[in-house]
Amino acid sequence: MSDSSTQVGTLRVKTGLAEMLKGGVIMDVVDAEQARVAEDAGAVAVMALERVPADIRATGGVARMADPGKVEEIVAAVTIPVMAKCRIGHFVEAQVLESLGVDYIDESEVLTPADEQYHVDKWAFTVPFVCGARDLGEALRRIAEGAAMVRTKGEPGTGNVVEAVRHMRTMTDGIAWVAGLRTDQLYDAAKQLGASVELVKWVHENGRLPVVNFSAGGIATPADAALMMQLGCDGVFVGSGIFKSGDPSKRAKAIVEATTHFEDADVIARVSRDLGEAMVGINISEIPEAERMQERGW
Amino acid sequence: MQIGVLALQGAFREHIMTLEALGVEAEAIRKPEQLAACSGLIIPGGESTAIAKLMSAYGFYDPIAQHHEAGLAVWGTCAGAILVAREIVDTVPGQRGLELMDIVVRRNAFGRQVDSFEANLHVSGIEGDVFRGVFIRAPWIESVGPDVEVLAKHDRHIVAARQGDLMATVFHPELTGDPRLHAYFVEDVVGSPRQ
Repeated sequence: MSDSSTQVGTLRVKTGLAEMLKGGVIMDVVDAEQARVAEDAGAVAVMALERVPADIRATGGVARMADPGKVEEIVAAVTIPVMAKCRIGHFVEAQVLESLGVDYIDESEVLTPADEQYHVDKWAFTVPFVCGARDLGEALRRIAEGAAMVRTKGEPGTGNVVEAVRHMRTMTDGIAWVAGLRTDQLYDAAKQLGASVELVKWVHENGRLPVVNFSAGGIATPADAALMMQLGCDGVFVGSGIFKSGDPSKRAKAIVEATTHFEDADVIARVSRDLGEAMVGINISEIPEAERMQERGW
Repeated sequence: MQIGVLALQGAFREHIMTLEALGVEAEAIRKPEQLAACSGLIIPGGESTAIAKLMSAYGFYDPIAQHHEAGLAVWGTCAGAILVAREIVDTVPGQRGLELMDIVVRRNAFGRQVDSFEANLHVSGIEGDVFRGVFIRAPWIESVGPDVEVLAKHDRHIVAARQGDLMATVFHPELTGDPRLHAYFVEDVVGSPRQ
């Protein structure tokens, strides 16, 4: 590059891409054709996967990073940013994804964790990371490790929004709690949250997370997406909800419009008409605790 | 004076915050009817394909062009710079821009996210220190027409330009907290004659 003032991979450049995705929908896709459908529907980014979470859940076994050939196929198919998932703690999968040129890495509980103690040291990468969290403490731990974007976890592959709502409410309650404390209470708050004092102070002063926070895990309808936006998230991930439904292209467009006009019930009503079959949902109580993806990561 | 910020998708909140910090009244624009009350319009960074779909679905193309004819100044940042351009290179088939400004913009020209960068810029018309440019999967301005003034270059590529009451920047002044380009738009570009 041209002069010594030029820097790549800065925190501002990493969090900046997440800022550009705000108010948008990030869609899970498993091949080039789905990626084009997503881009054409107005997705702000796609998540390249071997299988969507609903199929990972159905298939069982160890879920890993997608085949590099698959990721490359999707990168070549669209002009919007491409994200891809690595296993929690699997820094070599992350290195591979960075070398493939993906724009964001999701260190994701949807895949089988590779390390039960350490998450990836995300500061070591030029490519930015997004990580899942169920509450403020978990979000701040990931940010301390270098995550430039957070998403509330929900319960992936269920088509059931209840866990996404629980995690978003827990996050906003946590932020409101920290914002309302006296400054001399922040050290104890940091201890309770298991988070760094500096980040807790930042949340106290600004009343929000230091990075963009999307909602994920169970969003299946335009109304689900608008619900999460009204609860205060910056945008939504839709995994199995689109390509496991009857008319993916129409549903994808409808979710994009509902995410933009999330406070306009007339728009949500109009785009929600005649979308065909939604994905079949799963009740969370029917999933044994050991199979709940949200319990992965800490 | 009110400045509208197109709020369909992307970093519109940061533009509104920067304008308000300057004491300028700013409005999030979600419907074309809101344009009538604005003297200037900022089209923010985001994903240009997503913003274009939403602009089309909610009928923004003709109203923006008509209000511009009637004196609405327009500033596009990053995705917004793509959307105000006369011609877009390297995009998806069928992507339609507003075709307001006599510039040719190449999408994602500086590369993918791993190539995204910050750099110091000398922007003509901006007094004082260098301006810190934040470039995210940024386009560049490949060529400009005879009436277009080049405001800044990086690495030989045009990254900021102005044509009368139209302005395009391929970087993100709204992410740096430096309000000088917003002040320039409000004070110099808004209300200046058509070229």
